Formats: sequence, structure tokens, C-alpha cells
Amino acid sequence: MFESLTELLNQNDIFTVATLLQYWDGLVTTVQLVFLSLVVGLVIAIPLAILQSLNNPFISKPIWLYVYVFRGTPLLIQLYIIYYGITYIDGIQESFWWHIFKDPFYPALIAFALNTAAYTTEIIRGSIAQTSRGEIEAAKAYGMSWWQMTRRIVLPSAFRRALPAYSNEVIFMLHASAIASVVTIVDLTGAAQNIYSRFYAPFEAFTFVALIYLCLTFLLVFIFRKLEARLLAHLRPRTH
Amino acid sequence: MELLNFHGYGPSILKGAVLTIEVAVLSLLLALFLGLGAAMAKLSKNRFLNFIATVYTTVIRGVPDLVLMLLIFFGAQIMVNNFSDWLYYSFDIEFFINIDAFVAGICTIGFIFGAYMAETFRGAYLAVDAGQIEAGKAYGMNARQIFIRILFPQMMRHALPGLGNNWMVLLKTTALVSVIGLADMVRLAKEASGAVHEPFKFFIPVAAVYLLITFISEVILKRLETRYSVGVSKP
Repeated sequence: MFESLTELLNQNDIFTVATLLQYWDGLVTTVQLVFLSLVVGLVIAIPLAILQSLNNPFISKPIWLYVYVFRGTPLLIQLYIIYYGITYIDGIQESFWWHIFKDPFYPALIAFALNTAAYTTEIIRGSIAQTSRGEIEAAKAYGMSWWQMTRRIVLPSAFRRALPAYSNEVIFMLHASAIASVVTIVDLTGAAQNIYSRFYAPFEAFTFVALIYLCLTFLLVFIFRKLEARLLAHLRPRTH
Repeated sequence: MELLNFHGYGPSILKGAVLTIEVAVLSLLLALFLGLGAAMAKLSKNRFLNFIATVYTTVIRGVPDLVLMLLIFFGAQIMVNNFSDWLYYSFDIEFFINIDAFVAGICTIGFIFGAYMAETFRGAYLAVDAGQIEAGKAYGMNARQIFIRILFPQMMRHALPGLGNNWMVLLKTTALVSVIGLADMVRLAKEASGAVHEPFKFFIPVAAVYLLITFISEVILKRLETRYSVGVSKP
């Protein structure tokens, strides 16, 4: 099996073991970048969404502004501001932070996380606002405190309702991560660009990477469909 | 005045802003055209058209914009080169086209967002009550009349929120044309900040221009939505 594969790979000039390994490294970088951004984004978004549902203008106005600015400007600009901007913070090149930030991976991670956090805040805020009044009244009637109510009643049902929109956001993030290649990160798109410029074969290089992205997208769609079927089972139309 | 001078880069960045708007509007038109076509193909009973439109919307929405842009920009150039080589060697005709970044950018963005528009239009079409179309037929209207008088005005009401969303995403996607070498405001800001070493000074005004366009679009969309919702009770 392995020999036949090597033989197959020897038949063409572009998709050799070496280039496939480049794609593999790119895939690992893309997955890491997307996964970490999503995790950090969620950690930022959940508290912001809860704070925004408190209806205190001093808290919700700044959060609204953050969400509006990050949703209203291109991710590429945000990435440029963070990637090029960090270099010019006074004294950063002498501090230990520089070891972290001279690698383009971390500025990209910050930009992506802040971007996805803004979108996710909006999604979760929306689904918290949709919580049915009856559920909240029931929680109050049980004598739950605000925190108990939020933790036990509001958030679990809000997360379920947010799932379809969040799955879109995850796929969007996967696609947006291609921008990382612009700041010299060798993610999947970066690997494709390297292979393109080495062999001058844009069709092969970019079509192959497009297929990988397509497979990743289908995988995500499949996972979220399973998750939705499980978590939103109570909302399915009854069949009997 | 000194504030708006931007080390002399102000005017060229303003030109870049105009280019951004041009790219956005032209690709929106292309996307609307392709989207309406693909939506009709998806809704038609023709199996072949159905299949083509489904492949189009699925594949485009599954691949990053940047990858498609690089594929079309670099790939199309090679295709044209091969074609002109073939013309030269077989027929001795000299014919050459250089793929322009402006055209490639608009084609790619229009092509990508056509897929998103198709889904919006399809959903809007399905949301129109079948009885309305039947009533049109009962009045003896032909397909064109039904479309213009009955289907389109009602479809727009359902489609507008989705179209508005797509427009906002499209506007932000135009920033990617800077990667394939088009001198839009993002690229000019990047070049200027590289030369002067002051990234914030250029990128933040450019971000503000995007916010301004988004804000104006929101206002216009709200007006359009009110206009197309006349005669429908608000929930």
C-alpha cells in the first residue's frame, strides 16, 4: 500500500512527499490557530454577553462599541493593526514579551480571538435575550439568586439556542484564518502559496488546498449537526 | 489640516477608498446577478441546472475567499497564457491578455458572494405564499408579469435582511483585494505605514472609513426595509 502510494506520488512533480508534508504542517498550524482563537474568543465572549444582558448602560455601551467596531471593520485591518502595531509599543522590544510577539503567530491569534469574540458576544447576547419569560419567572419563584438563575437556567438554554449560529461562526473563522498567510504565517494557504511560487503551478497548489478546506468545512458541519441533534433533541418535531 | 495630511499620503488613501467602494459596488452587482441566476437554477425542475447550482453554492461557501481569489487571479493568468501560447503555435496569432487585479478582484468577490446571495434569494422565494403566485396565474398574468408585479416585491421583503448582511460581509471582503496587488485603501495604508513607521496613524483612519460605510449602509437598509414592509404589520 505504502509502495503503491510512493509510486503514485513519483508520477507527478508537484505532489511529492515533501510538498504533502508542507501541506500537513500548514494544516496543523491552521487547526491550532483556529482552535485556540475559538477557545480564547469564547472565554472573552461569554462574560461580555452576560454583562451586556444586565442592561446597565455604563457596561453595555462600551461592549456594544467593541462589538460594533470589530464586526464593522475587516479582519485584515485588525490583523495589520495588531501585527504591525505591537512592534511600536514603547519598550516592548526590550521586554520578555518580545520573544512571544516577534513570532507572527501570537499577533494573529490575538486578532482572530478578538474578532471572533465580538461575533460570538453578539450571538450569545441574542440568544440570552430570547430566553422565555416563563423560565426566568419560574427560576425566581424557586428563590434562585441572579447568579444561580444565570448558571442553571439562562446559560444552558441560551447556549443550545446559540449553537446553529455559532457553528456558522466556527466555519467563518476557519475561512478567515487563511488571512494569517498574509503576515508570513505558513498555514494551509501559506503552504499553498509557497508551493505555487516554487512550481509556478497555481491551479494544482490552490485547488488542492481548497479541497482540504472543503473537507474541513464538511467535517465541522457534520460535527455540529450531530451536536445539534443531541442538544436540541427536545425541539425536534415529534414523530409518532 | 495637518491632521488630515497623513504625511502627504492623505489624497492617495482617499483614492484607495474610492477604489474600495468601486470594487464593492461592482462586485455586489455581479453577485446579485449570479445569485438570482443560481437561485432560479436551484428552484427549477431541471436536474442538470439544479446540480450545477448546488455544486456552485456548496463549494464556494466551503472554501476561504482568499484561496479562491488566489486561485482565480493566478490560475486564470496561467490559463490565458496557455491559451495564447496555443494560439501562437497553432495559428501563429499573437494574442495576449494580462489579467488585471481590478477585474480579477471584482470577478472573484462577485463569484463568491453570488453563492451566498443565491441562498438568500432561494429562501426569500420560498417564503412567498404560493397562493399569491396562483392568484397571479388566475388573473392571466404571464411568468414575467408575475415575477415583476407579485414575486419580486414580496421576495425583496424577505430577502432584504439577508442581502444587507451579505453586503456588509462583502464590503469587508474587499480588503482582500489588497493581497493580490490592487491599490485599495488597505494596501495604501500598509505601504504608507511601512514607509513612515506609524501603523496606527494609517490603519485606524482606514478602519474608520469602513465603519462609516457600514453605518451609512445600515441607515439605507433600514429605510429600504420599511419601504418594502409597507402593508405588513410589524410583529
